[in-house]
Amino acid sequence: MCTYVTEKAEMFGSAKGPQGWFKVDMANVYFDHPFHAPLDHSLNIDFVNEANGSPTRVAVEISAESARRLIEKIQAALEAGEASHSIPPEPVKA
Amino acid sequence: MPYNGMIAENVMIPGDGGDEIECYYARPLGSGPFPGVVLIHHMPGWDEWTFEVVRRLAHHGYAAITPHLYHRYNTTGSYDDAAARGRAEGGMVDSQVMGDVGGCMTYLRNQVYANGKVGVIGFCSGGRHVVLAGSQLEGVDAAVDCWGGGVIPTERFGISPQRPVAPIDLTEQINAPLLGIFGNEDTMPPPEDVDKQEEALKRFGKSYEFHRYDGAGHAFFCWDRPSYRQDQAVDAWGKIFAFYERYLSTADVPEGATVS
Repeated sequence: MCTYVTEKAEMFGSAKGPQGWFKVDMANVYFDHPFHAPLDHSLNIDFVNEANGSPTRVAVEISAESARRLIEKIQAALEAGEASHSIPPEPVKA
Repeated sequence: MPYNGMIAENVMIPGDGGDEIECYYARPLGSGPFPGVVLIHHMPGWDEWTFEVVRRLAHHGYAAITPHLYHRYNTTGSYDDAAARGRAEGGMVDSQVMGDVGGCMTYLRNQVYANGKVGVIGFCSGGRHVVLAGSQLEGVDAAVDCWGGGVIPTERFGISPQRPVAPIDLTEQINAPLLGIFGNEDTMPPPEDVDKQEEALKRFGKSYEFHRYDGAGHAFFCWDRPSYRQDQAVDAWGKIFAFYERYLSTADVPEGATVS
């Protein structure tokens, strides 16, 4: 499909791009045609800083299966990391 | 011995609102006269496949140009970065696309080697823009819609500030012969939407021909993607060139054009 359907997630953190580290305040997530990955459709994520209007982004294009596997591993890493550091889980703000 | 020659390069031309926009332009060498074609690129933006299609059209005797519809987002020189920014801000604005396409049509007609005929061809979101161009722009002599999704709004790709009018609602205003190329395994547009598009064209007595291919889905012309379907793509390209021959040629044989 070809749509502009984009899920936007507010971010707090940093990403490393071609010019080095930069602050990230948004992740643009969409499942659509990739630019580079050899897939008809891919799960695409652009980590950006929208507040300063910079065009810099860290982009990934992965298969739907890879994305679901990543979701599991993100959850697993959070649970294991927070437990081992005795950090209470942070609720996701609506 | 036939001569095959072309020039292909980036040019800056006035687009929507008089903005200078970057375009990729390929034309046969020689004095012509040559018909013109504006290629409206797909949603991922400018890429190597799009440039190759522009050169293919030139190889077949057309002065072909594609406006970079994400040009105004292009601050890094990277076309995929520009497309990503455009997508994040809600996608291409229909009125701006029509302005850019109109600017390209004017540019083609202004060339000394032009035969005065201009067609449009669009892929994916560009196919939807072709339907809009055929309805909203004057001077489209032939329109080719390749798997344009969203001609009929869907829940996820519907009316928005960037896309305030559904192309299907403009069917009565279509003023160009229309060729449609669709894969029957496509989901955007699905076959039932193509059926509705065809019903509307029949209802308003429009000049059209649709070619719908089994075993093919979205973007089946793209030889750089898993979606490529060789048999169907070769056949469909033949339909396109026959359609353009019918509506874009003049009595003069273009000098420098290839003979296939």
